[in-house]
Amino acid sequence: MAKPTGFMEYDREEPTHRPVTERVGDYREIEELLPEEGIYRQAVRCMDCGIPYCHAYGCPVKNRIPDWNDMVYRKNWRKALDLLHATCNLPEITGRVCPAPCEAACTLAINLPAVTIRHLELQIVEHGWREEWIRPEPAGFSTGKRVAVVGSGPAGLPAAQQLARSGHEVVVFEKSDRVGGLLRYGIPDFKLEKWVIDRRLDQMRAEGVVFETSVNAGVDVSAAYLRRSFDAIVLAAGATAPRDLPVPGRDLKGVHFAMEFLTQQNRRNAGDAIPEGEEISAAGKHVVVIGGGDTGSDCIGTSRRQGAASITQIELLPKPPDDRLPTNPWPTWPIVMRTSSSQEEGCERMWSVQTKELLGEKGGVRKLSCLKLDWSAPDAEGRRSFKEIPGSAFEMRADLVLLAMGFVHVEHGPLVRDLGVAMDSRGNLVADGNCMTNVPGVFGAGDAVMGASLVVSAIHLGRLAAAGADRYLVGR
Amino acid sequence: MTANDSSFRWNASGVPKPTGLYDPRNDHDSCGVGFIARIDGVSLHVVVEQGIRILVNLEHRGALGGDKSTGDGAGLLLEIPDTFFRQVCPGDGLYLPPRGEYAVGMLFLPMDKALAGRCSAALERIAAAEGCPVLGWREVPVDPSVLGDLSGSTRPRIRQMFLRRGIHEGDAFERKLYVIRRLAEKKVASWHDVDASQFYISSLSSRTIVYKGLLTGSQLPLFYPDLSNELFMSPYAVVHQRYSTNTLPTWHLAHPFRIAAHNGEINTLRGNINRMRAREAILSSPLFGDDIAKLRPVINEAGSDSAIFDNVLELLVMSGRSLPHAVMMMIPEAWGPKFQMSEDKRSFYEYHSTIMEPWDGPAAMVFCDGRYLGATLDRNGLRPARYTVTRDGMIVLASETGVMDFPPNRIIRRGRLQPGKMLLLDLQQKRIVPDNEIKAAISRRKPYRMWVKGNKIELRGLFVPSEIPPEDPEALRRKQHAFGYTEEEIRLIITPMASQGQEAIGSMGDDAALAVLSNRPQSLFAYFKQLFAQVTNPPIDPLREELVMSLNGFIGRERNLLDETPEHCRMLRLIQPILTPEDMLRLRGSTHPDLAAADLDMLFPAGGDGKALETALSRLFVQADKAIRGGATLLVLTDRNMNAGRAPIPSLLATAGLHHHLIRRGLRTQASIVVESGEPREVIHFALLLGYGANAICPHTVLSTIRELAESESLEAPLLPGEAVDRYVTSVKKGLLKTFSRMGISTLRSFLGSQIFEAVGLGKELVESYFTNTASRIAGIGLSEIAAETVVRHRRGFPVDGRWGNANNLLDVGGVYQVRVDGERHLWTPESVYKLQSATRLDDYGIYKEYAALINDQSGAHATLRSLFRFRKGTPVPLDEVEPVEKILPRFVTAAMSFGSISKETHETIAIAMNRIGGRSNSGEGGEDPERNIPLPNGDSRRSRIRQIASARFGATTEYLVNADELQIKMAQGAKPGEGGQLPGHKVSPEIARIRHTMPYVTLISPPPHHDIYSIEDLAQLIYDLKSVNPRANVSVKLVSEVGVGTIAAGVAKAKADLVLIAGSDGGTGASPLTSIKHTGLPWELGLAETQQALIYNRLRDRIRVQVDGQLKTGRDLAIAALMGAEEFGFGTAVLVSLGCIMMRKCHLNTCPVGVATQDPVLRARFGGAPEYVVRFLRFISEELREYMAELGFRTLDEMVGRVDLLEVQPAIEHWKAKGLDFSAMLLPPDNGLHSPLHRVRPQEHAVGKALDHEIMALARGALDRKEPVRIELPIRNVHRSIGAALSGEITRRYGAAGLPDDTIHLTLLGSAGQSFGAFLAPGVTMHVHGDANDYLGKGMSGGRIVVTPPEGATFLPHKNVIVGNVVLYGATGGEAYFHGTAGERFAVRNSGGKAVVEGVGDHGCEYMTGGVVVVLGPTGDNFAAGMSGGLAYVYDETELFDTRCNLDMVDVESVWHEEDVKRLRAMIESHFRHTGSQRAAQILENWESRLPQFVKIMPIEYRKSLERMRMEEEMNTESVSATEEVYRG
Repeated sequence: MAKPTGFMEYDREEPTHRPVTERVGDYREIEELLPEEGIYRQAVRCMDCGIPYCHAYGCPVKNRIPDWNDMVYRKNWRKALDLLHATCNLPEITGRVCPAPCEAACTLAINLPAVTIRHLELQIVEHGWREEWIRPEPAGFSTGKRVAVVGSGPAGLPAAQQLARSGHEVVVFEKSDRVGGLLRYGIPDFKLEKWVIDRRLDQMRAEGVVFETSVNAGVDVSAAYLRRSFDAIVLAAGATAPRDLPVPGRDLKGVHFAMEFLTQQNRRNAGDAIPEGEEISAAGKHVVVIGGGDTGSDCIGTSRRQGAASITQIELLPKPPDDRLPTNPWPTWPIVMRTSSSQEEGCERMWSVQTKELLGEKGGVRKLSCLKLDWSAPDAEGRRSFKEIPGSAFEMRADLVLLAMGFVHVEHGPLVRDLGVAMDSRGNLVADGNCMTNVPGVFGAGDAVMGASLVVSAIHLGRLAAAGADRYLVGR
Repeated sequence: MTANDSSFRWNASGVPKPTGLYDPRNDHDSCGVGFIARIDGVSLHVVVEQGIRILVNLEHRGALGGDKSTGDGAGLLLEIPDTFFRQVCPGDGLYLPPRGEYAVGMLFLPMDKALAGRCSAALERIAAAEGCPVLGWREVPVDPSVLGDLSGSTRPRIRQMFLRRGIHEGDAFERKLYVIRRLAEKKVASWHDVDASQFYISSLSSRTIVYKGLLTGSQLPLFYPDLSNELFMSPYAVVHQRYSTNTLPTWHLAHPFRIAAHNGEINTLRGNINRMRAREAILSSPLFGDDIAKLRPVINEAGSDSAIFDNVLELLVMSGRSLPHAVMMMIPEAWGPKFQMSEDKRSFYEYHSTIMEPWDGPAAMVFCDGRYLGATLDRNGLRPARYTVTRDGMIVLASETGVMDFPPNRIIRRGRLQPGKMLLLDLQQKRIVPDNEIKAAISRRKPYRMWVKGNKIELRGLFVPSEIPPEDPEALRRKQHAFGYTEEEIRLIITPMASQGQEAIGSMGDDAALAVLSNRPQSLFAYFKQLFAQVTNPPIDPLREELVMSLNGFIGRERNLLDETPEHCRMLRLIQPILTPEDMLRLRGSTHPDLAAADLDMLFPAGGDGKALETALSRLFVQADKAIRGGATLLVLTDRNMNAGRAPIPSLLATAGLHHHLIRRGLRTQASIVVESGEPREVIHFALLLGYGANAICPHTVLSTIRELAESESLEAPLLPGEAVDRYVTSVKKGLLKTFSRMGISTLRSFLGSQIFEAVGLGKELVESYFTNTASRIAGIGLSEIAAETVVRHRRGFPVDGRWGNANNLLDVGGVYQVRVDGERHLWTPESVYKLQSATRLDDYGIYKEYAALINDQSGAHATLRSLFRFRKGTPVPLDEVEPVEKILPRFVTAAMSFGSISKETHETIAIAMNRIGGRSNSGEGGEDPERNIPLPNGDSRRSRIRQIASARFGATTEYLVNADELQIKMAQGAKPGEGGQLPGHKVSPEIARIRHTMPYVTLISPPPHHDIYSIEDLAQLIYDLKSVNPRANVSVKLVSEVGVGTIAAGVAKAKADLVLIAGSDGGTGASPLTSIKHTGLPWELGLAETQQALIYNRLRDRIRVQVDGQLKTGRDLAIAALMGAEEFGFGTAVLVSLGCIMMRKCHLNTCPVGVATQDPVLRARFGGAPEYVVRFLRFISEELREYMAELGFRTLDEMVGRVDLLEVQPAIEHWKAKGLDFSAMLLPPDNGLHSPLHRVRPQEHAVGKALDHEIMALARGALDRKEPVRIELPIRNVHRSIGAALSGEITRRYGAAGLPDDTIHLTLLGSAGQSFGAFLAPGVTMHVHGDANDYLGKGMSGGRIVVTPPEGATFLPHKNVIVGNVVLYGATGGEAYFHGTAGERFAVRNSGGKAVVEGVGDHGCEYMTGGVVVVLGPTGDNFAAGMSGGLAYVYDETELFDTRCNLDMVDVESVWHEEDVKRLRAMIESHFRHTGSQRAAQILENWESRLPQFVKIMPIEYRKSLERMRMEEEMNTESVSATEEVYRG
């Protein structure tokens, strides 16, 4: 470590966002790269801890953060890039969209602003692309084994790449028309422009990964076929089954799952025509987003860009505290009040609100009927319960209701059924330490196994599944 | 308990069999030694009497055993009392031929009559066969009633055997006697059917005789009535009083031996023994002819280090070298370039360094062969030797002055032996030969200088190769993978070494998995831990005392030890052992006939198993034999030719294996071993290779790595590849010196093959075959596991399926020093840290249990030995019947962490917490603010109940000591045993400086050794000092776990410590080289088990408490420690973590972001800890302990301590390496037959209450009670020790640090003062000795005045005589002292406030001084002002040679011109004159103007800066006080 006192000399600098007024007029990425000299000062704030909590606790892919921070400070970008790629296949994506639990676990965050780890990651990988250091790394040998990867999202892609680099022949089945899964259609362009994905896919193709799009595995190709034609199968289909809102009026027009809404805008941006009658638009509408998470925020940003008249976001849980509670200590993920860039662009936020009913006119939604809730303090296990506040019922204008309440589990389609893969009580695939399911040779990766989570966690599980499959295939 | 079959047994001579972990081979001894002689050589009985008197007066330097009446050994070496034997022998029907025509053997024979007869008969036969028939026997009368139980029970039958000369005359007769003795010894040793262990020949000579036994000095004449016979006469007597660390010393290990008596310890013994064994094969001497075979083996390995030294010295003397010559070979003085000496002498030493390595270690050696009588000191001079010569031709030399009384007017000279110097009495010429004369004569015996010049080969003289092309990056990467390089190692170890030329520094303890438990492939190096010096031998300071150290070596073929020819030095001289690839080209290209290199590939088939490895090694050994037969003198073990098909044999395995193979084959001296390997890269790797037989090493891969780093600008500074390599080599050299110094070894030549390592987890067979005689106490892996680990690494470099692409340009992650996922397993993880913090913050026992589970359950990945244990089923008791937490808490202490290493906030919070629970916090070694003795308004106390006494004695004032409940002597620290420390100037804030009694911003150096503990008797002395000054405090001694620590602990118990702390090697530190944190010392489990066993077997467990620390984290840890014998428990890291420490491991950088280990006010403000957190943690941990107690069925902890029978090893350990471990020795229940208590049941019997000081206190009552001035006059002797300490303690208790008004108590003492005179002296006391004084005078002096002048009537010149001993004013913080005479080595070492005037000093004067003023009115020794960072010295430099003797690293030498200086100097000299009447002072004062220019002032550079900085701050403060304060508060 080159400068032990860096953290005492320099303050955290946030990467800048394009001004709100400018950015709501387009779908381009809102975050800008910090100029290069500023980056060295940020990197040297890293204290190179004896226990790097960022790496060993915060980061799901276990990025070797202190090591690459040091390399950035020493301007050894090449080595920084190698270190980064040693644990993460898609740093240009996590560098853009990761909520950065590493930063929450950064030792500086005990009493100071954390190191800007996520942005450093982005800088490293973009530096690598600029310098054309990121090139195909084909295995150079073949094991003669074939692996099918089902799903091309944040778990499927790393799994495919790792397997291909281990000398296996890899085919990725994607039911959609383009590769990328959630990354492609779930994340708005203003957070992740899609050329970013394409750039990486080119590398993967050159490494020998074959992508079969518009193939719904289990339907278009049978489970039996997959078993017959491949030595191993990695299920990385995500947890795409959304949580529904079972209240009266749910079937009114203008009530959509967030993912339908977001996907459509991404397609539009990609130049696809949306068939007449299927269009979901927020233009001129009063939009209510139910659910306070990241997907909800994405709906807000997208609605704002589409020209919504008003946007309201409601959340069942109470408003989080401004600071960590004692029961939520560093380095655990802080449950605190945050404002996303989309929220910053303008919306109303409400907490402790339960939707009781959707009211409509002419088959289309017009209003929400809601109640205020009173949440108890957490019990010994940290669980809270709520009571409805009597007389707190109110109504709210809503022309478009977007349901962003999370996802329940992987879709239990024919593939899962026909392969005979076991599931746990929550509907997730059950996998062992090698990520193998109860069916030998069938592996689970990503959200399909753990339920909906972060992109970075999916990447991690994709890599683990690839490693498990590799061990299974070559017996090591 | 099952175990009677494992019971502990002694043989008849009292030598215990190794049992459990306790191995009596580890016993050490130290002692008092000396001689008395008549220079005229006239035999008188009074000489014998005086010898005995000296012994009695040295008795306090010896020790008593567990039965309190068995001495550790005492003896006399005398001339054969011919007259006496003529008188007594006819009574036995024995008629003696004339003097010189017969020899006397002094024999110990078995008590068993038949066996004794068998021994005698064997002797008679052998003697007759050798042509020296036995004339007769004499039963030596003895009085066994004076013996103690232990010595009585092992008493041998003592007989004298008289032999006739036969045809042999003079020296030839002596040689024959030597042959007879060896034959007899070997004969009896070969009888395996009987226990003839009592058989021993004390002496067999026509000239000298040894009377000795397991006795005290005063018992000796009572036991041997012979000695009281008026006819028993001798012109000389060599005397020795032994202090052995254990209490099972034996009769035959008493000194003197046949030639030598030794006070000291040979650190390099194992290497010396091995090399002697190697040399035996080619021994030849015309003097012995065929008899030489009868002598082999020359060394009797059953003996102690001293006995073995004696064996070799005897061989050298018997084969024709004179005694002083032989001594100069074995204990050479330092002859490095910093010493001024004649070229002849330097060449003598250089020549002999090709023949014999130094027998290194602290030594005062007295020797006598009847022709010469002499004494010498080792190069460091770490043992005292004082002598007196009288007008009537007597000379007395002893470890202390004052052992004999002489009227002052009879004394001609009082002196001391200086480091490396010799004092010799030529009994033929009847005169004392000065050191210079002896050595000059010997150095010119042969033309050594011409021989060396004409024969030695220099590397630079060999063919110079063209530049070697840089290594191909891909090939290098493969090598790095194959040798197991990690990214971490390159970043944390190699880069700093190559950038700074220094070893990397780290902090906090080692919590990673032991190599044998690790799931990751470990290098073989990782299984070894370095041993270090502890109590019985001091470590060395390789920086400040570098001048005694050397990395010089010779490689090539050695020749016959008993001969000397020019060819002996026809070897390649290396100034250091690290070779570059260019050097290797030179060696290989050499055409010199005596320098023939042969390559031996240390490779085995890739993917091979243990068998393949074994085969490859055997083949390697055969090839080596062949190469030697073919004339090779350099065997180059190389792995250069590694490829996909051949994997490297671990270099250490090949090297050690070959070394031992060649020793066994008698070929080791025929060629040197050069290791050319890619594997070694860390300092410890080089140290291990050298320690196991490598003579030189070329680490090719690390050098290529560094070149690559430099070329890619990845180092910390832009460096050319060549420069970076040079810096790296420099750091290896420094690291090696540090490694040697930890063990108290000075030279590479003695370190080579010394095997000062212990293995953890290596199997018995492996060790026996390849690492012969290395301690490896829990067995473990063998060749198969080593092969498997090697193969894994090799595959990374050369993957089998060809999957080598450009992807793997990253090396393995490492994770040894810092946590990395996929790296080495650590116990402190993010989860364990935050759970512990949450538990203590939220006061939540549930979370604590989650934390404990993370640590306790290591089933997935083991890190500690204890994780492999489990509890046997006990008879559970209800939890509420187990003693409450409150009863357990007082057994808890916190580890010594100084204010300076941790912040004030942290330090005080810990103290408050410990005082709240009735435990004890530890000040650490930085003094303590007296304010903290006063309780806070809320009742909390910030006082540290334990006060540490560490080597620097910072702030160790009398007041500090008297306010302690426990005084802890830190002998070693887990993270860096055998090392000192350094607090960089920028961390020394004004507050720290105030408390440490030093200057702000001046670097503070802690020396590696305590300069008043060079031996076990010194430790006993310090304990006595501390008990004197504060009798209410318990004294504890902190040791670090290593093999032999149990024996040291036994010695500590005999030294009357109340408590011994066994620290694990994994304890924390504020700063230490990573090498020390990782590779020195052992886990506490091993040390504790050994300590418990050793204390029980030595019957000492009942009187001393045992405490353990080292990464204790949970109640399970405590339960295991208690069962293994610990009564008390120490916590360091866990307490810090509960206060907010997050294991940054940045303590050494002062950047702790949570305010724990920093002095930066901004960071300190972030400290978020509170006493409650510590209290909760300790309550939780006791609660968890109680649960284990209930389960095991113990209601109290006392019942639990030592019940090791309730521990067992987990069955079915799955781990592929750990399953080979054998813990039976560790978990061995103590012998039932001893019925010894398993924990402390009675206090030590301290004798301080009976000291002379108490008489003085009675006489000074008026002063003590009413501050009335008193004048007292008393006689004093060397046996009166620590005079003034008890009195000063009493004064300070009553009147605080200010003490009494000046000169309130005035003591006049007549005679020779014992050790530690005026220790911790308080203000108000003046002590004037008329006579002289011993070592450690004025240690810790806090005020008052000490004056030492020659006795009234003395006629010698005071300034030419030694009046006080070594290490005067050590750690003084105040007071003044005047010495009318010269002082010994290390005058005013670590002085930080005392003022002194002296008329000459020895080597290392004013070492590490940080304050005070010293005036030297005469010459100084070498290395003056080494490490001196503060204070002032003025030296009267008549010869103008002072600058050659001064260590200028930290000081400037200038003339005395400043008015302030002139005034100060004059005032001090005037004062000196006033108190001593010194004529020298008077002359200087009378001629002040002309003498002043001859004075020089020694000014520490940092001190000057500090003074300037303070002056500036003062100016600033007067201008802007308020502003500054606001800034600080803000």
